[in-house]
Amino acid sequence: MSIIKIENLTYTYSIGTPFEKTAVNNVNLEIEEGELVGIIGHTGSGKSTLIQHLNGLVKPTSGNIYIDGQNIWSKDCKIRDIRFKVGLVFQYPEYQIFEETVYKDIAFGPKNMRLPDDEIDRRIRTTAKLVGLKEDILQKSPFELSGGQKRRVAIAGVMAMQPKVLILDEPTAGLDPKGRDLILNQIKEYHRQTKSTVLLVSHSMEDVAKFASKILVMNRSEIFCYDTPPNVFKRADELTAIGLSVPQITRVFCRLKQLGVDIRTDVYTTEFAVKTISEYLAAHNSTESEVQ
Amino acid sequence: MENIISVRNVEFSYANDFDDNSSPKQILKNVSLDIKKGEFVAILGHNGSGKSTIAKHMNAVLTPQSGTVTVEGIDTTEEDKLFDIRQHVGMVFQNPDNQIVATIVEEDVAFALENMGVEPVEMRKRVDDALKSVGMFEYKDHSPHQLSGGQKQRVAIAGIIAMRPDCIVLDEPTAMLDPNGRKEVLKTIRQLNKDFGITIVLITHYMEEAAQADRIVVMDDGKIIMDDIPSNIFSNVQKMKEIGLDVPQVTELMYLLGKNGFDTDTHIIFEEDCTKALLDILKITHN
Amino acid sequence: MLKDITIGQYFPADSIIHRLDPRFKIIITAIFITMLFSADNFWGLLVGIIFLLASFLMSKIPMKLMLKSLKPIIPIIIFTTALNLFFLDGVTFFKFGFIKITYEGLETSAFMIIRIIALIMGSSLLTYTTSPITLTDAIERLLSPLKKIKLPVHELAMMMTIALRFIPTLVEETDKIMSAQKARGADMESGGIMQRAKALTPILIPLFVSAFRRAEELALAMECRCYHGGDGRTRLKKLCSTPADYNSLAISILFLAAVILLNITFG
Repeated sequence: MSIIKIENLTYTYSIGTPFEKTAVNNVNLEIEEGELVGIIGHTGSGKSTLIQHLNGLVKPTSGNIYIDGQNIWSKDCKIRDIRFKVGLVFQYPEYQIFEETVYKDIAFGPKNMRLPDDEIDRRIRTTAKLVGLKEDILQKSPFELSGGQKRRVAIAGVMAMQPKVLILDEPTAGLDPKGRDLILNQIKEYHRQTKSTVLLVSHSMEDVAKFASKILVMNRSEIFCYDTPPNVFKRADELTAIGLSVPQITRVFCRLKQLGVDIRTDVYTTEFAVKTISEYLAAHNSTESEVQ
Repeated sequence: MENIISVRNVEFSYANDFDDNSSPKQILKNVSLDIKKGEFVAILGHNGSGKSTIAKHMNAVLTPQSGTVTVEGIDTTEEDKLFDIRQHVGMVFQNPDNQIVATIVEEDVAFALENMGVEPVEMRKRVDDALKSVGMFEYKDHSPHQLSGGQKQRVAIAGIIAMRPDCIVLDEPTAMLDPNGRKEVLKTIRQLNKDFGITIVLITHYMEEAAQADRIVVMDDGKIIMDDIPSNIFSNVQKMKEIGLDVPQVTELMYLLGKNGFDTDTHIIFEEDCTKALLDILKITHN
Repeated sequence: MLKDITIGQYFPADSIIHRLDPRFKIIITAIFITMLFSADNFWGLLVGIIFLLASFLMSKIPMKLMLKSLKPIIPIIIFTTALNLFFLDGVTFFKFGFIKITYEGLETSAFMIIRIIALIMGSSLLTYTTSPITLTDAIERLLSPLKKIKLPVHELAMMMTIALRFIPTLVEETDKIMSAQKARGADMESGGIMQRAKALTPILIPLFVSAFRRAEELALAMECRCYHGGDGRTRLKKLCSTPADYNSLAISILFLAAVILLNITFG
């Protein structure tokens, strides 16, 4: 059974005013449990509105959302329970920190879940470790940490709720390459350890290409495609046409193809590019030697 | 060429805000750097490398604790020349929301001119020129919160351009923008450099932006560790990765191909050159 | 929910009223308010209402918008009416049990209702036809003689401008922080007053932290653009008064004179 199922979801805001706009238009989507999904799209493509539907922060104008088989807006479903099942980390989450200590801030979510104290304590320590926060930081004020550390505290605050689905909205925005790789690797590690479903919104195709198992591309309030990275990058020229920046390396291979080289264009990492070139040469050299 | 900014043996430390007993953290360690008139210089470095601190020294937001910084020959510690310095070297910051003062675009662009006491007729002309140079003229009557991040940042740049500065220092102007906003802002910066000869100092950690500069300065741990043209900087793939910085994907590809026994040049930083190099590799082995 | 709040209810249109110099508009509004409060009979009030209606018709502001501005004061109207209606002594008009309504009560309530409604509509007309920023600007200029007695007029106006600039930003931010804390299971909809007040902490603290950070960054950006207070400042837009401004002022003074005259005649 799929963990997330979206049926004919439409969301229109400011209905009846001149500002009326459909942010999500008739979206149908099923995401399997344990998937690591990268979500790509322009600002205003509807991706932010879509993810806010998944934990009930936004109520659909029409259509249904099922989390773990349960219709989240049905009468017998408590929306707060859905928020514990689907954890959402907003953009620049460090700005939502408010407690005196790192420990207390991470505890906020689990406490709202009314978990026993020893369980809360256990969860805080394991998540802090996972995001690379040392024990001595836990009793410090979160406001004296560096930007990257604050961000990890905020992410840990949602991870500690151990949601079945974890959604992160641009968790690497504004970070330097080192901080970015650190957080992406920690998310990957979280995914590996918990076997939960992770959805990651990003502007960077390179980041998404590196580790997502599926990519969801949103365009003009609709789903453009939902597929595995190789299948998505096969359509590199279409992605470019809707104004999304595909990885530099993909653009180079598309250009080669345009110039008449019979080479695959679903190349999106440098390692894979090297492999593709080697394979191409091996194939062509062997055919040539056969001719000779 | 003449130097517009000249940094000599600058040292700088911040006192620790939360803990008075700990020793102050040294941010800049004996930094010397010259920026020539008309240059487009990118400063790369990870967070905490001192790149923002050096930028803030360039228009006297900070003054050196030892060493000197001169802007067009004026020492930045001369307090009565402060406004001269800030007119010569304008500064654009990371968060576009937090640097727009007025509720209407054109009034924000006029803000610096109002402070300088420019006559209204002259001001009108300068504001219009500045807005045109960043391509935001048709938005002059808009309210800032109706604009996208990239547009806001261009308005902030126009607010600096209106002062007719010789140099603009931009402190991570694209860090909070989406890819389209980043492209808009970078295009604007390049145009200002090319068409108006304005000296640009761009602090960034996006290597594809730095690749477009004339020169890259790499900072690490409060020191300048590299200062060269982009292709030379990025060809040190291993070193860049060690200090936690990226190189363009095409450069990385060249580097990996080299490791796999191909004859490649890691000075390649642009797509077109990479395409050519790959064509060579694929064909030479062909024949 | 927070998105619906509009501070400064400017309604852009091209009308005579919109084009008036904001300084004159403020003075004329003040004269109008004086009309309403100096009128001590219905005739005087009628003169004030004619003045209001004429201005309103010239302003091209939709009637619906005007009525909307009255909505928040409905409780005040009901309260004052009830007060005057039930507790004023005089000739009995209607009596039921302990409820007694007098002719005097009826008259005073009617008078008060008209006065309050006219007052709100008049001041709304000012804010509908003048953008907040021009309004601030005009206030600064009107108050500028007070600089001589060391009143920080420029600083006050700058504070107002910045507040206007940042209200939409902070409203958006509040919305976002609220969503973020709700996503962490914060419960803001249930519990008693104390519990609800406590539930605001996770919203207010991040909001304050962020507002201070913004203030700090803005101050730096302003300094970098040579801001050094009001001394020697020039302005992009000069306010210049036209004959139309003086004519409108003269007309409003005539109306006020009429009100006073009616007071004397019927008083």
